Amino acid sequence: MTTAARPIEVEERLLRVLGEDTRPQQRPGALSTSLTMGWRALVKIKRSPGQLFNATITPVMFTLIFTYLFGGAISGSSREYLQFLLPGILVQGVLFISTQTGVALTSDLQQGIFDRFKSMPVWRPSPLTGALIGDVVRYLISSAVVVAVGLALGFRPDGGPLGVIGGMLLAVLFGFCVSWIWTFLGLVLRTPQAVSALGMLLLSLLTFASNIFAEPTTMPGWLKAFVDINPIGYVVTASRSLMNGDGAADLAPALVSCAVLLIVFVPLSLLRYNKSE
Amino acid sequence: MSTELAVETVGMVKSFGATKAVDGLDLSVPAGAVYGVLGPNGAGKTTTLRILATLLAPDAGSARVFGHDVVREANRVRERVSLTGQFASVDNDLTGMENLLLLARLHGYRSTAARERARDLLEAFDLVEAADRPARGYSGGMRRRLDVAAGLVVRPQLMFLDEPTTGLDPRSRNEVWDIIRATVERGTTVLLTTQYLEEADQLAQRVAVIDHGKLVAEGTPGELKSSVGHGSLRVELTDPDDLPEASRILVGALGVPAETTGPARLTARGTDPRSVARALGELTRTIEVDDFAMDRPSLDEVFLALTGRPPTSEVPAARKPARKSGRKSATNEESR
Ligand SMILES: Nc1ncnc2c1ncn2[C@@H]1O[C@H](COP(=O)(O)OP(=O)(O)O)[C@@H](O)[C@H]1O
Ligand SMILES: [Mg+2]
Repeated sequence: MTTAARPIEVEERLLRVLGEDTRPQQRPGALSTSLTMGWRALVKIKRSPGQLFNATITPVMFTLIFTYLFGGAISGSSREYLQFLLPGILVQGVLFISTQTGVALTSDLQQGIFDRFKSMPVWRPSPLTGALIGDVVRYLISSAVVVAVGLALGFRPDGGPLGVIGGMLLAVLFGFCVSWIWTFLGLVLRTPQAVSALGMLLLSLLTFASNIFAEPTTMPGWLKAFVDINPIGYVVTASRSLMNGDGAADLAPALVSCAVLLIVFVPLSLLRYNKSE
Repeated sequence: MSTELAVETVGMVKSFGATKAVDGLDLSVPAGAVYGVLGPNGAGKTTTLRILATLLAPDAGSARVFGHDVVREANRVRERVSLTGQFASVDNDLTGMENLLLLARLHGYRSTAARERARDLLEAFDLVEAADRPARGYSGGMRRRLDVAAGLVVRPQLMFLDEPTTGLDPRSRNEVWDIIRATVERGTTVLLTTQYLEEADQLAQRVAVIDHGKLVAEGTPGELKSSVGHGSLRVELTDPDDLPEASRILVGALGVPAETTGPARLTARGTDPRSVARALGELTRTIEVDDFAMDRPSLDEVFLALTGRPPTSEVPAARKPARKSGRKSATNEESR
């Protein structure tokens, strides 16, 4: 019953490729499938570099605007302000691109591809964990760009290379933990628009109501009270201390914030993801 | 039927809010053949496949795939099946090669073996030229072939295909049919859904007709068709004045009423080829006939015959707009 128009070799190749049962004996573990999914995320980053560019340009703009426009007014000199600002901008930059986790997830959910993944005998959360591998790479790139721009503008951290790398890694770690919020929201909200709108709103509020741009000492009492408990502030403070040579003294509250995010949002996301509709 | 069952559902129920998408469905799908699930839009075909592929849990009743319960032994089931959804389930940002590579890796192929497997599949599915282009730019037919190839990276015991040819042009449709036939020839059971009786007829050894989540009829395509008659005979006469006489002859030979459907045209519904041949012989002895044709029964006619009412076809846009809209546009580009 085969159609005449179809070349014979194609017919044969079809039967051959379907004939051999080349199914690998050993099924890959959770780590392996997560890495494979991570590879997928990296290919997607490579395929749309514009997105990464857009994401990195924002913190660079913030650095320029705040350093030169307000820096002198806030700290006496723009150069001095930059030493204060940069570790915070690093964290803000990572946070802003972290919403992309949720956006990418919702667009995956709208394609049929998750149905295929979920009907395969692989560790179920692999698509989620793999996406986070891609995210970490994005955070690394973003923070490297911010630090490079900072250095070019005159950022001279007392913490030396180790301190700077420590501050960057902390920002990336925090971004990784925050990504789980977007993963959860992506699974709940299901449309890219909803996730990015909510993400931008939350992040704008939370990063401006923080110690990224100014010390809270001059803020009104109600705002200062909020800023003092804003977890972003803990991370910014710790990153600042690392970069400016004050060591790991302020690390504990930052790491606790990270841990709390993971403890809350990893199980929530996995439950939501694995739940049968 | 004593052969092994690939799928067995008993009283399977699945509701979404007030909608009973699947409403007490009993299916027995023998292994080693193509089984067609035929039904109009909204009949519950996709929901049925999603339950069988372990994506949804039934609210009531049970579903087994090769004897394994889809809820309690989901992993056993996943080892045996592959699902190619109604809306393309490939990654648009990835190339054809990368899509297959990804799945091969997930199935445990090491990097070189994965690449080899992907290349073999691309060749077999006639996608070599497009291998390094993102799937986003594929035509509907190419995307569908990639989609089916993705379901065959390791050969499953049971392959689910949800409306594999909806929206395809006839050539692409024939290619997909060839692939399905080759797959069954190699021992994979195929469970496909379709809205076209002709597709079920061409491919499936057995067919279940469903509507509103319920089984309306089950049997071989032949049995289904004979329950409907074999479609209709259309005769074009040279001289309109012969209409009454021609009508008398046809009714006599066929045993069904003949309607006048044109200036010199008669249509008789519910006829089978043998009596048509006899009737035409009788007719042409005395009356001049310009043209005649036999039309296959349409799904609408099957429905009408089986349920006594035309199929209800709901507007797809009315459901879950956020989830479906993106997928829909991706597959429909070739349909018009
Ligand atoms: N996820 C869902 N949420 C709400 N209703 C749904 C969902 N999936 C399907 N339905 C409803 O269930 C019925 C059957 O749908 P479906 O299984 O997709 O039918 P088919 O594939 O035969 O067109 C329809 O009325 C549809 O609107
Ligand atoms: Mg459907």
